[in-house]
Amino acid sequence: MVKYIMSRVLLMLLTLFIITGMCFILVRMLPPAELPPGDIHTQVIEARREAQGYNKPYLVQFGIFLKNVFTRWDWGVSDKLYVGQEVAGIFADKLPATMIVNFYSIIVSIPIGILLGVIAASYKNTYIDHLLSTATMVCISVPSFVYAFIIQYFLSYRLGWLPFLVKSGTDYFSFDMFISMLPVILSLSLGVIASFTRTTRAELCEVLTSDYMLLARTKGLTKAQATVRHGLKNCMVVVLPSIFGNFIGIMSGSFIIEKIFAVPGVGSLYINSINARDYPMFIMLTVFYTAIGLAASIVVDISYGFVDPRIRIGSKK
Amino acid sequence: MGIEEFPSEKFIPVGISKDGTYGKISEKGRGYFRDAMLRFRKNRSSVAAAYIILFLVLFALFSPIISPYGINDKDTVYTGFPPYLEKASWLPLGLFDGGTVRTGQSEAQLAALRAIGEETGMDPVIKIKDREETVTKFRGEERRTVTYALRVNKYYEVGIMFRVMSPEEFLRIQEYQNKTGLQIIYPYTDRAIIGAAAASPNVWYRVSDTKGTPLLDSDGELIPAYSTDKSTEGAPYNSIRIEGDDGELIYSRQKSGAVECRVCYYNYYIFQNGHPPTFPLGTNSLGQDLFSAIGIGARFSLLFALIVSALNLIIGTVYGAVQGYYGGTVDLVLDRAADILSGMPFIVVATLFQLHLASRVGTVGSFLFAFVLTGWIGMAALTRKQFYRFKGREFVLAARTLGASDRRLMVRHIFPNAIGTLITSCALIIPGVISSETTFSYLGIINLSEFAGTSLGTLMSQGQTSMTTSPHAMLFPALYFSLLLISFNLFGNGLRDAFDPRVRGAEDL
Repeated sequence: MVKYIMSRVLLMLLTLFIITGMCFILVRMLPPAELPPGDIHTQVIEARREAQGYNKPYLVQFGIFLKNVFTRWDWGVSDKLYVGQEVAGIFADKLPATMIVNFYSIIVSIPIGILLGVIAASYKNTYIDHLLSTATMVCISVPSFVYAFIIQYFLSYRLGWLPFLVKSGTDYFSFDMFISMLPVILSLSLGVIASFTRTTRAELCEVLTSDYMLLARTKGLTKAQATVRHGLKNCMVVVLPSIFGNFIGIMSGSFIIEKIFAVPGVGSLYINSINARDYPMFIMLTVFYTAIGLAASIVVDISYGFVDPRIRIGSKK
Repeated sequence: MGIEEFPSEKFIPVGISKDGTYGKISEKGRGYFRDAMLRFRKNRSSVAAAYIILFLVLFALFSPIISPYGINDKDTVYTGFPPYLEKASWLPLGLFDGGTVRTGQSEAQLAALRAIGEETGMDPVIKIKDREETVTKFRGEERRTVTYALRVNKYYEVGIMFRVMSPEEFLRIQEYQNKTGLQIIYPYTDRAIIGAAAASPNVWYRVSDTKGTPLLDSDGELIPAYSTDKSTEGAPYNSIRIEGDDGELIYSRQKSGAVECRVCYYNYYIFQNGHPPTFPLGTNSLGQDLFSAIGIGARFSLLFALIVSALNLIIGTVYGAVQGYYGGTVDLVLDRAADILSGMPFIVVATLFQLHLASRVGTVGSFLFAFVLTGWIGMAALTRKQFYRFKGREFVLAARTLGASDRRLMVRHIFPNAIGTLITSCALIIPGVISSETTFSYLGIINLSEFAGTSLGTLMSQGQTSMTTSPHAMLFPALYFSLLLISFNLFGNGLRDAFDPRVRGAEDL
């Protein structure tokens, strides 16, 4: 198992390295952002650029970039959005909001999604199942920003229950903040709930027909007991890894939602950096999102092994 | 009675038809695709989805043709207006009446709306939905205030506008009026009588204050305050006059060499465009007709998704076939390459292509490249799996023994087995492409407006900015978009079940 994990992680780091390198060189090939003449920051940024080797060959630039990142955690200076500020610092400021919103929505989605999945599976082929399956289908097909509109229009505008935008400020754990984050959480959750429901239902349907379920019923367990203790446990083998996958999926897919609700997070920062052509910011966030995506696939793979001993044994072969 | 006593012609031989040959099997043999079609037709939701897709595609094809507006027709007055069709506005549905609900309207506001109706003959008030009386104490006195919730036709509510035009245009409108009998120009008001309220073109009656509260005569009628001062008239008027005017009223005013007059905008619109406002889905905040704009945006999305899907199919199949057929080192190397490409978030690829290539091959070209660069990977993985599954089968071995070349084996013997899966994933790629294309144009990373006129994403982001005043501008593009995605997904799932009945119900593809 350890060997397997090691090889996967190494491979991932290699992939990350290559992607970073490609993106870095492609970005540096573009003319750097023009700086306003006479600004105090201009001289600083120009000096920093000189130190980063903007006039040297691209591979040398990449070497300097890597050295700065590894030795000093220096990702460069923002030259368009937050002129003169450290990219890494801004990133660290923005990360909590994104993390918290995603965390909340996954916390909300897991129980609801699994519960709905269990209901759909235990009433398989009845109208309840059809209803849930249709709703799931709709929720998965429609991108989250459409929900965002619906939620914003009805809950925030017509009914006035929820605020339009996320509260500014950094008191992430206050009650007001939570309330103002509710629209975001709702719009992010619907799709995730649907995907949990679908996975749970598909898995549980298969498990429920297996022989050990029959045995469980034969030895006197009620249907509910058998479903929860034997069925659900076994279908977790697939559902648990999908939790990790989904969490990271939300992280990397919430650009629009963050933009619509003005979440001061990484997603909207990324979009802004693209639209403003803030290259240092763009590179750092690219590395971040790439790493997240790669990590997701590994975590999913590995968690299969942790959850299900059968797979773990298989890997030793 | 013995058998030989029956005449032989009474017998019809079994298995041999009259002409002496053996009978043919009347049913044609069912092929793979026919079989799949039969199974597909049994899946009611997928068939319904297929019809919805057909409807949406037809909508995209024909709505820009039917609509009298192009994408560059941007009305400056009718911006963010609700759906309106003159011919269908009487329907009790309230769908095409151009209506919007206004709450908290005072008595004076209602009177002003009624006055517009009285002058132009087009009453903006469709229905009084609610009447509310509140009693407030003001300096010891009890005051009753009445507020109304009204359903108002926004198109009629515009009413009269001041327009400054050249004497020639003034003349042309008069000719048009004579020809059609449509009253466009209304008498000019007397500013001296009305006072400050005359700044609003819709005030044509005597008022009691600067806010425009109407002054009523003993019968409760409005008292007109039209101007009769011939010395201020801008240009001679020899056309139809309003009721009760015997040639005294003036219909225009001089304004620095040009003519200023009061035009009924609805009729003026007919004069300019030759037809009344026809917005079956309303207009957006830019004044574009949503009916045709959605069609234009969707045309592009659908075509783009089809092209991407076809390119991905070709590249992915070839790549996956080589991987799966040769296996071993070739597979390993190609797999690493695919891994690296698939590790890049799509947003990065799209952005980098946009920055580097957009100036050379255009926005759409670079966007297409971005989709194709990473899009084929899923298709390749599928093909690879299918090739692994079939390449060791007996029929492949038999063909190889007979001397078939690698290419022939791949194309003629293994590939047909994978077609069903591939078609399915093609159908499932389309909604993905449409979704990300829309997302990117929504975010403004990709600007398709120059190339395609508009796109669903652009329409939605415009709709979102004016969500509180004109929710329909958001609703209709979003509805079209959601329907498209849902039905494509349902359709794709149906195809998958039809082509591969074994995986029915396992929806994790």
